[in-house]
Amino acid sequence: MTETVTPTAALPVPIPTTDPRVARAIELIWREAELLDRKAYEAWDALYTDDGFYVIPIDPEAERFDDILNMVYDDARMRRMRVARMTEGYAIAAVDAARTVRTVSRFVPESVSDDQVVVRSAQVLVAYKRENHDLWAADLVHRIRLSPDGPAGDRIVQKIVRLVDSESAVPAAGFLL
Amino acid sequence: MIENVLGTAPADLVREDRVAGRLYTDPELFELEMSRIFERSWIWVAHSSELPRAGSFKSTFVGRQPVIVTKDRKGVVRTLLNRCRHRGASLCEKPSGQVNGFTCPYHAWSYGLDGSLRGIPYPDGYEGVMEKRDLSLARLRTESYGGMIFATLDEDAEPLEDFLGDARLWIDRFMKQGGGYPIKVLGRHRFSFRGNWKIQLENTTDGYHFPIVHRSWMASVDAETADMMSFMTDPTCTTHDLGHGHSVMQMVPEHSDLDADDGSEPLQGRFDDLVAELSKTLDQAQVRKVVRAMHGTGFNLNLFPNVSMSAAFFRVLRPISVNETRIEHVAIGPDGPPELDAVNRERLRIHEHFQGPFGFGTPDDAEGWDRVQRGAAAAPAMPILVNRGLAREKPGPEGWPTSHVTDETGMRAAYAQWKAMMSDD
Repeated sequence: MTETVTPTAALPVPIPTTDPRVARAIELIWREAELLDRKAYEAWDALYTDDGFYVIPIDPEAERFDDILNMVYDDARMRRMRVARMTEGYAIAAVDAARTVRTVSRFVPESVSDDQVVVRSAQVLVAYKRENHDLWAADLVHRIRLSPDGPAGDRIVQKIVRLVDSESAVPAAGFLL
Repeated sequence: MIENVLGTAPADLVREDRVAGRLYTDPELFELEMSRIFERSWIWVAHSSELPRAGSFKSTFVGRQPVIVTKDRKGVVRTLLNRCRHRGASLCEKPSGQVNGFTCPYHAWSYGLDGSLRGIPYPDGYEGVMEKRDLSLARLRTESYGGMIFATLDEDAEPLEDFLGDARLWIDRFMKQGGGYPIKVLGRHRFSFRGNWKIQLENTTDGYHFPIVHRSWMASVDAETADMMSFMTDPTCTTHDLGHGHSVMQMVPEHSDLDADDGSEPLQGRFDDLVAELSKTLDQAQVRKVVRAMHGTGFNLNLFPNVSMSAAFFRVLRPISVNETRIEHVAIGPDGPPELDAVNRERLRIHEHFQGPFGFGTPDDAEGWDRVQRGAAAAPAMPILVNRGLAREKPGPEGWPTSHVTDETGMRAAYAQWKAMMSDD
């Protein structure tokens, strides 16, 4: 008698966040979050690879960003100019920027190999400025390149910040997400 | 001696050279503005490229009233109040799309693209009570010029073309940035600021703030682009009062009429790669036209009260309350063959560089506007000065009051229209 196996709609086997490679990625994401809250923008930029992109799209479904309008679509050149803008003291929005505190959690590893990890997460950020608290909620995707030399060399290849209200009016910001 | 602006009647609050600070802060004035300006004037609602075919729609606002702009089966563009005739529910909460009609989610009353009531479930309860033909969605008068679509809640408003007047010439010029093709909407940034809508209205005709507020952007662009925007001491850069509250500010006068090109101006070096790519399929004259227009036209056309056609984009304002305003910066580009996708990609990157909630320009503007709103709370009768260049403002050859691009001629134009509309009971 033959046993029939009914194929089930196979859910992928979850990748545990305790996988040491994933844990390295999460450590980097938290380090990045803290640098952004401290507005340590030069140190933040150093976490990205030279071919890395930092993206805040408007279209929530977009996977490619070249042919559409985004809030931020920074390659290394734009990112460095942005860091200069945020730090050089000419930009009145940056000089008088809101203070921010952000939490990044609900990590879901999407793929993992010895040299690259892709992790989805949730970010809740509160920005305070002049008696107002603004709430910024977003889904994040980080693509992180793991260094053969250990965690100190891990870098961000791509970060996508998908705001829940990306298609609505958000405050003009003097900080980064 | 700069005297305070006393009184509370709108006619008393605006003088030639100053307006009362309370124009930004008084909630009662805001309510009057909504009825006397935003429910009487022509309000920009869409660009024709946003309604490409029958069934296309866009939801937006006329003042505080939600509307749906549609293209109906016959190709007529309609502006309909976004409100079911039954119990008042909004019919459409999508920003744009393609539909056959609108069905209310509450009791499923359904309407055609022209707003006519098509169907009512269980209609027997309405027998002898009402006729469907009397319950179309409320339609606003809708007219367009040069692809710019406006609507008004005032059935007796003057024709749109009369209201635009001499601004039409500048709309025609603005559209030349398509380089021989029509223009289309490429995308939009939306952001909010905690301030009165008129602070933004003024800003689009404020050449004076540019090198100060936008120093950070100037520092980040190539020398040619920075030089292009160095109009502060150039006497050929002028602002004109076009009447009806409209004005135009020419920052780069050699790009005001993009068809006027003697070929002597070199194309910007930053576009060399783009020129090389386009030259594979387009002739040199065509390449030059679209690349020379990469930064749009050389002027900001400010149309009272809610839209400006600003260099390479539309800026649309929507008043929310006396101290809250939402803004859209609408990116545009030529609507042509696929080869021009490379042009539009570059235009999108230029737009992202300056505009939007994380641009290198917009957040600094918004900080300035927030500060005006906070400061203006200090003394409602203390004037806001709009007197810059008053002594050098003269009629130009076309008869338009004209002054330097850094002068406040455009603000004076807008406030004259504000005063006329607000004083009209």
